[in-house]
Amino acid sequence: MAEVSLSKLCKSFGREQAVIDMDMTIANGSFVVLLGPTGAGKTTTLRLISGLEKADSGSVSIDGQSVDNETPAQRDVAMVFQQYSLYPHMSVRNNLAFPLRSPILKTPKAEIERKVHEVAEILQITAKLDNRATELSGGEMQRVSIGRALVRDPAIYLMDEPLSSLDARLRADLRIELKRIQSDLGSTLLYVTHDQIEAMTMATHVGVMQDGRLIQFGTPREIYENPNSIYVAGRLGLPRINILPADLFPGTANKAVNLGLRPEHISYGDGVEASVKRVEHLGDQTRLHLDLKGHAITALSPPGNPYQAGSTIKIQPQNPLCFDQSGSRISGRT
Amino acid sequence: MSYSVTEPSPRQKWLAGTLVILYAVITMIPLLWIMMTGFKTPPDSISYPPKVFFEPSVEGYVNLFTTRTRVSPEQLESLPPPENFAEEIVRNRDMVIAGPSKFAGRFLNSVIIGFGSTFLSIFLGTLAAYAFSRFRIPLADDLLFFILSTRMMPPIAVAIPIFLMYRKLGLSDTHLGMILLYTAVNISLAVWLLKGFIDEIPREYEEAALIDGYTRFQAFYKVVLPQAATGIASTAIFCLIFAWNEYAFAVLLTSGTAQTAPPFIPTIIGVGGLDWPAIAAGATLFLLPVMIFTVMLRKHLLRGITFGAVRK
Repeated sequence: MAEVSLSKLCKSFGREQAVIDMDMTIANGSFVVLLGPTGAGKTTTLRLISGLEKADSGSVSIDGQSVDNETPAQRDVAMVFQQYSLYPHMSVRNNLAFPLRSPILKTPKAEIERKVHEVAEILQITAKLDNRATELSGGEMQRVSIGRALVRDPAIYLMDEPLSSLDARLRADLRIELKRIQSDLGSTLLYVTHDQIEAMTMATHVGVMQDGRLIQFGTPREIYENPNSIYVAGRLGLPRINILPADLFPGTANKAVNLGLRPEHISYGDGVEASVKRVEHLGDQTRLHLDLKGHAITALSPPGNPYQAGSTIKIQPQNPLCFDQSGSRISGRT
Repeated sequence: MSYSVTEPSPRQKWLAGTLVILYAVITMIPLLWIMMTGFKTPPDSISYPPKVFFEPSVEGYVNLFTTRTRVSPEQLESLPPPENFAEEIVRNRDMVIAGPSKFAGRFLNSVIIGFGSTFLSIFLGTLAAYAFSRFRIPLADDLLFFILSTRMMPPIAVAIPIFLMYRKLGLSDTHLGMILLYTAVNISLAVWLLKGFIDEIPREYEEAALIDGYTRFQAFYKVVLPQAATGIASTAIFCLIFAWNEYAFAVLLTSGTAQTAPPFIPTIIGVGGLDWPAIAAGATLFLLPVMIFTVMLRKHLLRGITFGAVRK
């Protein structure tokens, strides 16, 4: 396990700049999640760290040593690809053993056997060890793919949306399992996802990327509670944060142009009138879909939801996030 | 990609089956006739009307593998009784076996040159195809076109220069010379076919292997090669068939030590009249290696058709 740091990393493909001036330190033992839409440069960042891509400029160092001139094999990283990348001509067992047999690790036979079984046990694929990789379901393939990383003890694990192709239950199980493995072993992990639950529950740090730049880096709580722009605020939170013109709520004294209201940042009974369009009972919570002067708002209803669809209620922002014209965060009124 | 296929009706199936069988029979008749002729006696082989039913004989095969001399009936009388069936067959025609023919040697030459050039074409072709498929090579498209352009004229068009070159280089009538020549002709085909197959193999597999601790070459060897087996097998069959059947260069460049079977088989005609059974026997034996090779790789050939149908 080691600390990985990126400094001034740049990479472009033709005219398109995939990663721009990326500075990031992934501390030893931390679980860093990269968030961002497709094309933000998350996967390219992983590939630059792994050595599959060569940076145009800037540098990657692992454990204090620059690895810019090292091959992927020499860098001692493990990577889980987004698409299943199992070797189709090998059995599951051989797929898992493949990294251990590499000329760099040259693991003894008994040790390979032990590790393969251990990982297969964790990922619940013991019964499938002798199947060919092509005879597995999508979920099983992805588990083997994760297993091929877990059999190793690399400087850093790089995972590119490893759980995205799994069904909800397996995803929940593996999420907990991955987090447990990471904290038990003290592994360093860089993880790309779109899933906010994965980001919030597993990460020690979250990096938000936009158009190749890392625009905010911090703990999940910091990112959620203290985003530095509308863009970052929109990456976390489900239902999404409501972005409304600040003048909807009279009394907004400062120069905020837009207000960011998370569904739980709305107080009821006072303020501006809004009509309830729809009520969603989710079991553990109730969501209200409101219409405020033509703006749709999703809000979290107070416990024991007293409101009906079609009724008119009064709402007031509570600790809203304030943004200026360009979408940057500015200090707002409380 | 998914599409639905309606189940054909029994009549359609019957029609399709009949057509396939009919086509198979039509293509098989000449082969079957050659194989039958190999087991006829010389008079049966030229009888008119042609004989479909006949008493089988191995005279053609005996004649193929031996040279014989005619002797007078008195001399024949004075000989000790024949030692084996071959001797007996030959004496029935008032001849004795003078020695082995050159067929076995020519056949061996064909095997060495055919398989040798196939191996070399595939070996070099796979490496080149991999490089074209995976690395950014300056002028890659032009190079590929240039490689293919060697096939745009009949190879025999350059026979004279090659003949002169080979004479200067001492490659005339050598195994090495013929292997190099057939490799040069086949390699463009090999590079193009194999590039297509390797392009189909997702890069992620090699990338995963690179990260798993392997070098580029090890990743190629352990991950790409096994998956390209289908393409390699089908390409190998095409290369072998060309090298095996090639006639013009073999006539021009070989005469003795490295002569292959194709130019040799017709020379049998000149030895003691039109010996069709011997020629047919030679043709039959000549067919076998390619047939066996193709049957051995059949599984891969069939898989080649469904190549690329994997989930991405």
